[in-house]
Amino acid sequence: MLLIAATALLSHWRRRPLQLATFILGLSLATALWSGIQAINTEARASYARAASMLHQSELMQLLPRNGNSIRQSTYARLRRAGWNVSPVIEGDHRFGNTRVRIIGIDPLTMPAKAGRFEAGGVSDLAAFMSEPGVLMVSQVTALKLEGHTQMQLRISSDMPEGAGFADIGIAERILEKRGELTRLVVAPEQRPDLPSLDMLAPDITIKPSGERPDVAQLTDSFHLNLTAFGFLAFAVGLFIVYATIGLAFEQRRATFRTLRSLGLSLSSLTLLLMAELLVLALLAGFIGVVIGYFVASLLLPGVAATLQGLYGASVPGTLSLRPEWWTTGLAIAVAGTIVSSAQSLWRVHRMPLLSSAQPRAWARASAMGVRIQVLGGLVLLFASAILATFGQGLAAGFAVLGSLLLGAALILPGVLSACLAVMQKHSSRALVTWFWADTRQQLPGLNLALMALLLALAANVGVGTMVSSFRLTFIDWLDQRLAAELYVTAREENEASRLRAWLPAHSTSVLPIWSVEGEVLGDRLQIFGAAADDRTYRDRWPLLLGTADVWDRVAMGQGALVNEQLWRRKGLAVGNDLTLPGGWEIPIVGVYSDYGNPKGQVIVGIDTLTTHYPNISKLRYGVRIPPADAPALRRLLTSEFGLPAENIIDQAALKRQSRAVFDQTFAVTGALNIFTLGIAGFAMFSSLLTLSGIRLPQLAPVWAMGIRRRDLALLEVLRTLVLWLATFAAAIPVGLALAWVLLSIVNVEAFGWRLPLRIFPMDWLILGLVALGAAILSVFLPLRRLSTIRPADLLTVFANER
Amino acid sequence: MLLSLRNVRKSYTTAEGRLEILKGIDLDLDGGESVALTGESGSGKSTLLHLVAGLDHADAGEIVSSGRSLATLDDRRRAEYRRTAVGLVFQHFNLIPSLDVGANISFHAKLAGRHDPAWERELVELLGVETLLARYPEQLSGGQQQRVAIGRTLAAKPPLVLADEPTGNLDEATGDIVLNIMLSLTKSTGAALLLVTHSTRLAQMLDRSVHLRGGRIA
Repeated sequence: MLLIAATALLSHWRRRPLQLATFILGLSLATALWSGIQAINTEARASYARAASMLHQSELMQLLPRNGNSIRQSTYARLRRAGWNVSPVIEGDHRFGNTRVRIIGIDPLTMPAKAGRFEAGGVSDLAAFMSEPGVLMVSQVTALKLEGHTQMQLRISSDMPEGAGFADIGIAERILEKRGELTRLVVAPEQRPDLPSLDMLAPDITIKPSGERPDVAQLTDSFHLNLTAFGFLAFAVGLFIVYATIGLAFEQRRATFRTLRSLGLSLSSLTLLLMAELLVLALLAGFIGVVIGYFVASLLLPGVAATLQGLYGASVPGTLSLRPEWWTTGLAIAVAGTIVSSAQSLWRVHRMPLLSSAQPRAWARASAMGVRIQVLGGLVLLFASAILATFGQGLAAGFAVLGSLLLGAALILPGVLSACLAVMQKHSSRALVTWFWADTRQQLPGLNLALMALLLALAANVGVGTMVSSFRLTFIDWLDQRLAAELYVTAREENEASRLRAWLPAHSTSVLPIWSVEGEVLGDRLQIFGAAADDRTYRDRWPLLLGTADVWDRVAMGQGALVNEQLWRRKGLAVGNDLTLPGGWEIPIVGVYSDYGNPKGQVIVGIDTLTTHYPNISKLRYGVRIPPADAPALRRLLTSEFGLPAENIIDQAALKRQSRAVFDQTFAVTGALNIFTLGIAGFAMFSSLLTLSGIRLPQLAPVWAMGIRRRDLALLEVLRTLVLWLATFAAAIPVGLALAWVLLSIVNVEAFGWRLPLRIFPMDWLILGLVALGAAILSVFLPLRRLSTIRPADLLTVFANER
Repeated sequence: MLLSLRNVRKSYTTAEGRLEILKGIDLDLDGGESVALTGESGSGKSTLLHLVAGLDHADAGEIVSSGRSLATLDDRRRAEYRRTAVGLVFQHFNLIPSLDVGANISFHAKLAGRHDPAWERELVELLGVETLLARYPEQLSGGQQQRVAIGRTLAAKPPLVLADEPTGNLDEATGDIVLNIMLSLTKSTGAALLLVTHSTRLAQMLDRSVHLRGGRIA
């Protein structure tokens, strides 16, 4: 009985292969983007954990300098003598040719075995590792970049993240010019009992517990949340297709359901069969979705890796591994999506009385009351969004604002469109025009879901596009101001830096040292820069968000510090607050500066103040001010006088070019996601129009019979689609702008720590409008072809008495 | 002569092969005349009506209606012929679901460029649908829908009204009322009526009757 009933139910899909394809494709696309993004997130997180474990020995407790300076070798020696089993690490960046590499110098003899996957191999290997010119363990990609730029022997390790390398601590000390300054100490898990306390032995050291989440993982949380939100949006848009298709398939089978039940199939068996059918289809679509998702992820991963590198300096490999957790999640989300999309239809079947009319109801015709409830629900959500935007706190609240804004706008769209069409109908007098508006209104219930999906996709495009463009424009303005020096010069070592300091003033307008120290401020590790604040450059070119009138004078005199926007917002600081800097000295905040693109907090003090408190800082980098026309000559002179390689002298234009390139790469993935979402919405529209074109004949045939040509009817169909697309597009612009405002004023502030002004880009809307128009024409093409080539004989079947 | 058919033939290709529906029909109709077209199912009544309405093309023969030879009309002129020279009433009413009753009644007249509000008001009263003008087709009974369909056809003042089983979906009493309305209104407007019906009783209410059998007039 069950088998026969199942055959009868499944015959529906055999007779309507297009409907089946729409269901499978809709769910597959929805799952694809979702699981693709999950794959990327999983890969990135695994990469952070791998890098943290490998490079920073995050599985072990660490000792760090409390005051931002390095740990002295004497401290290390004292700890060892007292019985502490600790191993020293020296860390720093070094440039080999054009490639900057993070060098981690370790002591292979004292490094705990659990500290990573460093295997020196045999005694001869160890000897080679520890003696000049040394061995650098790097990834394959890094090795290729370094070839010919170093005397060191390059050894490839598959576990090494890109852009980093292990070396012996002695070799690293020489390369990085650290002169006995240790960056940190790794504490072995096995320690003798009754060791003297660290507070007593080394009061200038702070403990970092083992197993802490890597900094980069915490920094990138918001980015991955953004990606997940985008994936969820695309998933929701795809579910609209699935919901509409399941609804139609169930309505069309109402007669079959009644017949099966009349023939003795119990309600529970029928429900069970339908659920089994949906489960099989969901698993099939989920499997296809996961496969597509893998390719989507492979396609997007290089862009995401570039974004993570550009925004956070996080290194993620550009290759993807097949992880069971994400493909099982992909299948699960496909099944969950199908359950959500079919719940209403299944419930209706479950409640359908045995003797109910088998006449299919207008499958998607919402009652006037239904539309009113939907509009009311939408208004409630918009109101909730406004309340959350005003009083909410945190990133989760930001996303809740976004979600309720988008969903609320989508829910009120059908009501608004219907009202507009009713007004147009009321104000038209020509019969065909009146019919056009009335007929368009009648088609709305069938197109509602597709139009709502389209609104979501377009609003996301407008919103995210506006956010990115606003960011880009602000960033470029800020770069133009901030990158004031005509040349940026980096000495190779301290002696050369000292010679440069003596030589440069005579050959330039002014010299701006770019020196910094890293340390703990308000519980976070961040950089403290020194600025030659008495130089006019800072007064003229440094954009401040807040500041006292004499801000630069006070910084120059050592009476005040500046903090960047990120630190100011995250810590709730105010001008006038005292800031305790590494070493325990205090200084009042006199201003706040914008610092786009930097995920971390930052402090600026006067250059003399910096060198007084941290005399051992590296003094290698300088900004040089000269008339722009003289820059090339100075560059040549620097090369001839000091033999500085080209990569150590960067001109302003090149630096701006690099920064812009990083920025554009950063948001490449957003553009790709936008296109994917729009593509899914386009498919939703296509499937809805195709479904409608199949049930349009009874509505069009009488009009044709009364003297309107098929060609004209087809043209009116195109016009109808364009009118609905245009109306939805027009509605998407204010929704998108609201979305952009939320992103710029709430989400970005929470996620990155900076707030950007909203700027308007009508040309971008025009381009998006043209893309949407292209998609509209594509979506209507097949249904239109079906309609315009329909034979009179088919139209006559509408009037036939023996139907 | 308002309508003249000479040796009209029509066949369709079916799964079983070529099926000849009409095998040479000759028929004349004068203005103001009402003719019943009777015959068994599949005898070609509806096909003949569709050919005269300009909804379909004859394979051979000539149909001249209101001075136009339908075979010579291109798509545009054929559409214009349907708009201005004929009015159609169907068994399934085929009202436009998105328009209310008032808009349905004036729809064809406006398309034909013959919108006459005074005549429409008179028609609405005669049809007894004045209280239904703001309703939509789905809110009407079958008899009410057919009265609206007749109103839509006659509001356009076509010289020839073609009705395909207009009472086929109605009970006998309602069918009689609808047919009487249609007959009296076509007479009063001077329109000719060609009406397809299975019912001999209804056929007797018209001026004359033509019976189709096996694709020919019996």
